[in-house]
Amino acid sequence: MSEVVKTSAPVSEGAHIAHPHEQAHEHHHETFVSKYIFSMDHKTIGKQFLITGIVWAIIGGLFSVLFRLQLGYPEESFPILETFFGEWAKGGQIQPEFYYGLVTIHGTVLVFFVLTAGLSGTFANLLIPLQVGARDMASPFLNMLSYWFFFLAGVVMLSSIFVHTGPASGGWTMYPPLSALRQAGDGQKLGADLWLISMSLFIISSLLGGLNYIATILNMRTKGMSMTRLPLPIWAMFFTAVLGVLSFPVLLSGAILLLCDRNLGTSFYLSDIVVNGEILPNEGGSAILYQHLFWFLGHPEVYIILLPAMGMVSEILSVNSRKPIFGYMAMLGSLFAICILAFLVWAHHMFVTGLNPFLGSVFVLLTLLIAVPSAIKVFNWITTIWRGNIRFTPATLFAIGFVSLFISGGLTGIFLGNSTIDIHLHDTMFVVAHFHIVMGVASFFGMFAGVYHWFPKMFGRYLNNTMAYMHFWVTMIGSYLIFWPMHYQGLAGVPRRYLDKRGWVSFNDFADLDKMITVVSIVVFAAQLLFVFNFFYSIFKGRKVRTANPWGANTLEWTTPIRPGHGNWEGDIPEVHRWPYDYGKDGREFIPQTEPVSAQETKSH
Amino acid sequence: MQALLILAILVLAFVIIFQISKASEYVAVLRGWERTRKQTNRINAFMLLAFLVLGLIGVYLCNEKFKGRILGEPASDHGVLVDQMLYVTIAVTFVVFLITQIALFWFSYKYQESDTRKAYYYPHNNTLELIWTVIPAIALTVLVGFGIVYWFRITGEAPKEAMQVEVVGKQFGWEFRYPGADGILGKKYFKNVDPVNGNPAGQIWEDSTNKDDIFVEQEMHLVVGKPVKLVIGAKDVIHDVGLVHFRMKMDAVPGTPTTMWFTPKYTTKEMKEKTGNPDFVYELSCDQMCGRGHWSMRGVVVVETQEEFDAWLASKKPQYLVANPDKDPATPKEIPAAPVNAVAKN
Repeated sequence: MSEVVKTSAPVSEGAHIAHPHEQAHEHHHETFVSKYIFSMDHKTIGKQFLITGIVWAIIGGLFSVLFRLQLGYPEESFPILETFFGEWAKGGQIQPEFYYGLVTIHGTVLVFFVLTAGLSGTFANLLIPLQVGARDMASPFLNMLSYWFFFLAGVVMLSSIFVHTGPASGGWTMYPPLSALRQAGDGQKLGADLWLISMSLFIISSLLGGLNYIATILNMRTKGMSMTRLPLPIWAMFFTAVLGVLSFPVLLSGAILLLCDRNLGTSFYLSDIVVNGEILPNEGGSAILYQHLFWFLGHPEVYIILLPAMGMVSEILSVNSRKPIFGYMAMLGSLFAICILAFLVWAHHMFVTGLNPFLGSVFVLLTLLIAVPSAIKVFNWITTIWRGNIRFTPATLFAIGFVSLFISGGLTGIFLGNSTIDIHLHDTMFVVAHFHIVMGVASFFGMFAGVYHWFPKMFGRYLNNTMAYMHFWVTMIGSYLIFWPMHYQGLAGVPRRYLDKRGWVSFNDFADLDKMITVVSIVVFAAQLLFVFNFFYSIFKGRKVRTANPWGANTLEWTTPIRPGHGNWEGDIPEVHRWPYDYGKDGREFIPQTEPVSAQETKSH
Repeated sequence: MQALLILAILVLAFVIIFQISKASEYVAVLRGWERTRKQTNRINAFMLLAFLVLGLIGVYLCNEKFKGRILGEPASDHGVLVDQMLYVTIAVTFVVFLITQIALFWFSYKYQESDTRKAYYYPHNNTLELIWTVIPAIALTVLVGFGIVYWFRITGEAPKEAMQVEVVGKQFGWEFRYPGADGILGKKYFKNVDPVNGNPAGQIWEDSTNKDDIFVEQEMHLVVGKPVKLVIGAKDVIHDVGLVHFRMKMDAVPGTPTTMWFTPKYTTKEMKEKTGNPDFVYELSCDQMCGRGHWSMRGVVVVETQEEFDAWLASKKPQYLVANPDKDPATPKEIPAAPVNAVAKN
């Protein structure tokens, strides 16, 4: 386990950056544009992903506040909405087509732009070279392109909000035939085309990034950094990239076929359609085909979002418990198992589409199988903090919050993965509560943990602690208040995406709950704005970092200067002699990876 | 005005929080960073414990408040299976929930930083790993086992005596077709759809089994205690037949017919008594996002006795006669069965 892998060493020793020593110094003709805009420095690109992600998170979060207003107060009118949205909120009430537009953009933006690009884009870029000991990514240029394709995707998506017929409104899954037929609604007109184009650009961005992450992790580790000495965030990013590279192309094909159906008169997804009194000529297509293509990405996507958060949480819990991560190899194994199983469970989103029941039962088995590696991870995290000496930095709190949410949301997954129960709960608020807790909020917690933990490395300053703690507690309490009772709505069978339930006998029982959720979600949104403020304020005015290794951590990023230049290390890249989790060993608080193993040391790992 | 006021209050709160945060950082530096850090550490450890205790109380109160509003008695025999599975799963997962959450927050509190403790170097233990691989695996196998048995019972072939009803979703409403006396739903083809001329379902009139088919909208009638097989389709986009009281759900996909079957256990009248709600009706909801009217795509299901059902059906005129009033009804002329269109679809 601890033998040195020699093959990787020569590659990383400045092979692709010709003059590492020169590079490391601040002044080599860098202009403002090359340093901050079209930068090829992985750290800057990481920050670009993060800041763009924050902007999108504000937009996506704001949209959720808007449609929560409708859900909580369907009878009220809010004149201010008409001021901003005109005919979309006629009389101060959100119109149905606009409501569905908001829901669609909220989902798309948060899943793809924030929790995929903003999360793994940020931390894969920032951490991979710093933690494996490389001066930059395998291809800094492709890396830069990856950001700019993401930026372009964002521009197209943003523009769709401003077209006359409104943004795409077919739900974030964009199932055809709804999303394929212009006649089916205003949001299915130009908005849907722009959505598909934006997603295609986004997929290109993801692929460029992912290939780069894989190449860097495999080829550019520093001397002594064998695969089993990699910090867990790197392993998580590695599996994330593999998932993305193998599954995103499938979504791309799905999107292209949909574009063809919309614009070229093909019938991939269309058959037997009479829409709005018009009989369409298409025959022989299958609407379900799209769902297979979508969920073949869509389910791995859940893990693309979750794995980086899991990796960072493992690291942060270990560092701040001053204890090694428990069961490093089991953590690795479970990541691997999740990565494989992620490809084999997609049809559990489709139990009630008329799927062959036998096929359904196979997917039940595989889906519940994925709970086993998830359980292993949870128990290992809990054992990691057991008998530790825990420092509750804001990052630690968010990491603990992540574990709590992952447990809560993971357990409700056992309901939905069981096709018998899914018949009742499918497409109800139970699903909304489940995936918001386990994928949405939990991953956000992982992301916040990462930001609080590595902010000193990114900007050479700390975030303000008081605001950080307030941010944590409001978000933690608020998330449970919003999503825990929502399960009851789902158990009562209240369907998703119902903007007004007053016309129903069966679903009209939760007006008080809907109001409470709306109020809490506004408070939680305000707390996120507090974080955003803290973030930008602290970049310029935060308390300065004065020691190179403020958390007393073992990994390589803390061996760089406080504000590393392009190239990361001023001298040679350090050599690695041990795994990254020697905390509390032999009476020493921590032993950095760069320290050779001494003869007296206890043998373990 | 109100909005402005709320905005002003929010901004004010922000400014205050920001000032407090800035001041507390200065104070921390003045008092000694390490001392403040340790104090904050103790506060947050305590808060985590408080969160656990209050959270569990909240879980209990939430359940007390809402348990009366969920589920209710399932109104079909399949629903009984679904509910059984659901309650078993709730029990199993709740135990795991309690154990893991209590461990997580209790350890966080108990092992908060202290000058007197050294962290315990404990990198791995294969026995432990084995235990928490095997136990969840066994628990899940049991759940999967029950789940799959129930699943096959629910999705299996409908009994032979089951009545058939065709359910078709469209933006934004429901259409139903009953097979009539022959018990066979006639063939249809989407290009025949012509609501103006009395053929909203696109029936092929040349198919003689179509002649007694009865077409209704928005309201479906079923017989209590009699299995029913729904043949489900959609005209424009994907919809979903959601029958919350029967615990049944199936997508309605244009071009790909789907089916489901169940046996209603109680008439609408009986449910009114059971729920104590005189306004009770079985509702049919669209559960798959289908456009701007999705949230209001409501149908009503009336479950009644066989006699009531027969009387209701007898009051309806077959759609063939609605579309061809000249054939109605005194002079029923025999039309030779024309060859059925080869591309006809059911």
